[in-house]
Order: sequence, then C-alpha cells, then structure tokens
Amino acid sequence: MTEISIPPETAVADARLETLVERLRRRARLVLALRLAVLVFLVGGWELGVRTGLIDPFFFGQPSGIVVKLIDWFSNGTSIGPLWKQIWVTIYEAGAGFLIGAVAGILCGITLGRNQLLSDVFSIYIKVANSIPRVVLGSIFIVALGLGAASKIALAVVMVFFVVFANAFQGVREADKNLIANARILGASNWQMTRAVVIPSALSWILASLHVSFGFALVGAIVGEFLGAREGMGLLIATAQGSFDSNGVFAAMIVIAVVALVAEWILTMIEDRLLTWRPETTVNE
Amino acid sequence: MTITPSAIELKQIARRFVTPTGHVLSALEDFDLTIAPGEFCAIVGPTGCGKSTTLGLVAGLARPQAGAVTLFDAPVNGVDRRVGFVFQQDAVFPWRNVLGNVMAGPLFRGVAKDKAEAQARDWIVRVGLKGFEDHHPHQLSGGMRKRVALAQTFINNPQVLLMDEPFSALDVQTRELMQEELLQLWAQAKSAVLFVTHDLDEAILLADRVAVLTTRPARVKSVHTIDLPRPRDVATLRYDERFIAIARKINDDLREEVLRARAGH
Repeated sequence: MTEISIPPETAVADARLETLVERLRRRARLVLALRLAVLVFLVGGWELGVRTGLIDPFFFGQPSGIVVKLIDWFSNGTSIGPLWKQIWVTIYEAGAGFLIGAVAGILCGITLGRNQLLSDVFSIYIKVANSIPRVVLGSIFIVALGLGAASKIALAVVMVFFVVFANAFQGVREADKNLIANARILGASNWQMTRAVVIPSALSWILASLHVSFGFALVGAIVGEFLGAREGMGLLIATAQGSFDSNGVFAAMIVIAVVALVAEWILTMIEDRLLTWRPETTVNE
Repeated sequence: MTITPSAIELKQIARRFVTPTGHVLSALEDFDLTIAPGEFCAIVGPTGCGKSTTLGLVAGLARPQAGAVTLFDAPVNGVDRRVGFVFQQDAVFPWRNVLGNVMAGPLFRGVAKDKAEAQARDWIVRVGLKGFEDHHPHQLSGGMRKRVALAQTFINNPQVLLMDEPFSALDVQTRELMQEELLQLWAQAKSAVLFVTHDLDEAILLADRVAVLTTRPARVKSVHTIDLPRPRDVATLRYDERFIAIARKINDDLREEVLRARAGH
C-alpha cells in the first residue's frame, strides 16, 4: 500500500533533463553558427565589395590581400626584419610596462587607501596627472629615453599605473566595514588587517583593472613605436602606412589582436586561480 | 547594588553624530547600564534607537562624547582583547575556508600556527562543523556561517561577549537551534554577554536581564529580571505561562516606545 513506484517518476525526470540538455546544446550550436555567419557576411562582403569595385582596396585593403600579407610576413619576414622579432619586441615593452605599472599602481593604491592623510594630500595631484592625455607623454619619453625599449616601457607604465592605482584605491576603500571591525576585534594589527582583509577584498577590483590595463600597455608600447622606434609592431604599422600598404596595417592589427587575446586568456586563468573562494559564476559562454 | 565588580559598565554615556547636513544627531544620552561578570543581558528597543551603537562603544570601536565605558572597572581604550563580537551580517572572511576563519583570532594574537590550528579544529567540532573545515563561506548555509562566526569568537575565550542581532537573518528553525547552541557555549565560557535584538522572545529566552531602551536618543527605560530557571529549553519555554507573563509585561513597555518612535519623536 505504502509502496510507491519511484522508478517511472525518475525516468520521466531524467527524460526531461535530457531534453533540457539537448535544448541547451542545440542553442549553443545555433549561436556558434550565427557567429560564423556574421563573420562570413562581413569578411565576404568586404572581399566582394573590393572585387565588384565598390570598395577601393588601396584605402581599405582586401581580406585575401591581408591573408597573403600575413603568410608573406611569417615566411619571408617583414620589411623591417623577421615578424617574430617585431612581435616579441612589442610584447616585451608592453609586458615590462604592464608589470612595473601594475605593481606600482597596486602598492600606491593600497598605501593611499589605507592612509587618510596621504590620500587627502596626494589625491589632487593624482587627479591632475590622470587628466593629462598620457599618450602625449610619449614624445617626452622618446626625447628623454631614446628610440629603444625604455621609452615605450615608460609610456606603457603611465598608461597602466593610473588604471590599476584607481582600482586598488577604490578596492581598499570599499572593503567591508564589518569584516574590518571583525578583524580588529579578533585582534588584528594594522599590518595583519591589510594582509588578511584589505588586500583580499581589493583583489577582485585589482584583477578587474589588470584586464583593462594590459590593453592600455599594448597601446602605450605601440604608440611609442609609432612616435619613434627601430623595431616593433608599431613601427611595422607606421612603415606600412608610409608605403600606403593598407593590407599591411590590417595584418599588423590582427597580429596585435591575437597577442591581446592570449594575454587576456592568461590573466583570466590567473584570476580564477586567485579567486577560488568566490562562488562559481554560471558559465555563460 | 554593584558591590561585586562589573564586567561592563556604561555610565552617563552620550554618543552623538554629525549628519551630512551639519545637524547633530544624538544616538545615546544619559545611558546607564551595568552587567555583572557571567551575566547574560539583552537589549531590546525600537528600530534604529541606538542599540548597535552601544555595542560599538563597549567594543572600543567608537568613543562616547560624554560618560565612561568600563570593562572590569578599567576604562575602555580601544579594542580590548577580552572582548568578542558577533555581528548581525556575515563577518566571516569569504576568502578563507572554515579552518582559516576560526583560527584567525589566535593567529592575529600571536599563537603559534600548529597550536592555533589544533584549537580551531577543536572549536569546529564543538560548533558541529566537523567535515567542513575546507569549505569556503559561500558554500555554507546561513546557519553554518553563523556557527563559524561563533567558533571564531569563542576561540578567543572572550570574557565579554557582544552580540548584535546575530540570528536575525536566520530562518525560525535555524534560529532556535542557534539560540540553544549559544546557551550551551555560554554556560561553558561563563562570559558576560550583551545581546542586542529586536526580538523580545529571543531576549527573554536567552537573558538573565532584559533592558528596554527608549527611542532616540536612547536611554535605558526599564530593566526586567528574567527569573526563569536554567538550563532553559528554547523549544518549549516560549509556551510556558511564566514566560508569557514576562513577555506581556515587557511588551507593554516596549510597545510604548515603538509607537513613540513611529510617531516621530
């Protein structure tokens, strides 16, 4: 009498779950297909426009021309030397500037965030410095530090520093008042508080800023190379521009985009590693 | 009255704030309250009347503008090591697992790591979280997080325990369990407790004395001694006639203030 047959019910539930999984999978495939369609439409339309004479390839390039250019660069090298060398130089400049700027930004942000007097005194100068279009500093750096990597690194540093600084500062300020009160009552000294509460709670802010600022570091390095350099992707673009080679400009752009995407991926991995304590966010990609 | 030394004493306390518009807001005025060592005292009062402010003063997180706060007859001068505090919201560290959270206090206070860990494991068992040592707070339920907070506080062996509506965010069943657990922990620790709550039943179930506060600026309106025998059974006591009589008496007192608070005094 009291025995209720459970198996059929779970079977129904299982079947429902399966159709749900199937539906999700179908949707994922649809999204992928549509994405590909958009790509094909844009690139195909571009190519078609060039072939039918609607788009002038002299100004706007041509997808097939860009691919040929890339193959040529990879196999025969560029006009200013091997492609790998140019990529490496730009990564080195952006990476070094990113590291220096990020470390300095984090240290200054936490120090000023924790010290009211320092932040009151310096906040005005930081606001002023932040309002200067920093790319302009590139000219000064090239005059002062020469055509080598140092001037590009310096420009990348100033591009990165303010973003990271502002986020670290804000992250420290936003630290949960309850957690701080709790740590104090549990017996934390000022330094223990900084390590155990302030830095961990600012970490998600800081990591978010690192995502944005690697892009800025790349901009700094490339603009620096535009302004004056002997090698690097920026110089490659400037050279292509000088010889009216729009395919070359686009090809260099694609290479830089790949570098930025790889860096983004690495940063995401580091972030996941550092923030394991956070609740899992639903994977929606 | 106070021939025995007091654990907590608030004498003629005033605590005022300056609002953003430049007005002075008085949270506490002429506030007097004394709690004996090992005594469980609950504070009830209308919302926003300054109950939590009181705890902040005793904890040394804030200073009064007038009057004196003393712990064991010594004036409070910053955060005291003998004080434990359980907060209303979650105040456990979300980036540390249960073990790391519970051993935080001893580590902050300079206890060696292996000793702190041994103590922490012991307390984790005592609050019923064995097996959850490696879990992070977001993986626990609200009640379990509260247990972590209790272990985190009790491991420091506080002689004065301040609790700011610690169970108000829990569902009724969990709250009852936690109240029971708190009474057991308190019976062993024998600390003086100042327990802020808006729940009169909770105050009567737990406390030796219940202080009713007035609306802002808060004073102690009346203090009621709860002479219900211990150990108390949280689950059934609220249906006891003595409990109901006490609750009715205090409720009349409290209601007057709640109505005044609503009238905007």
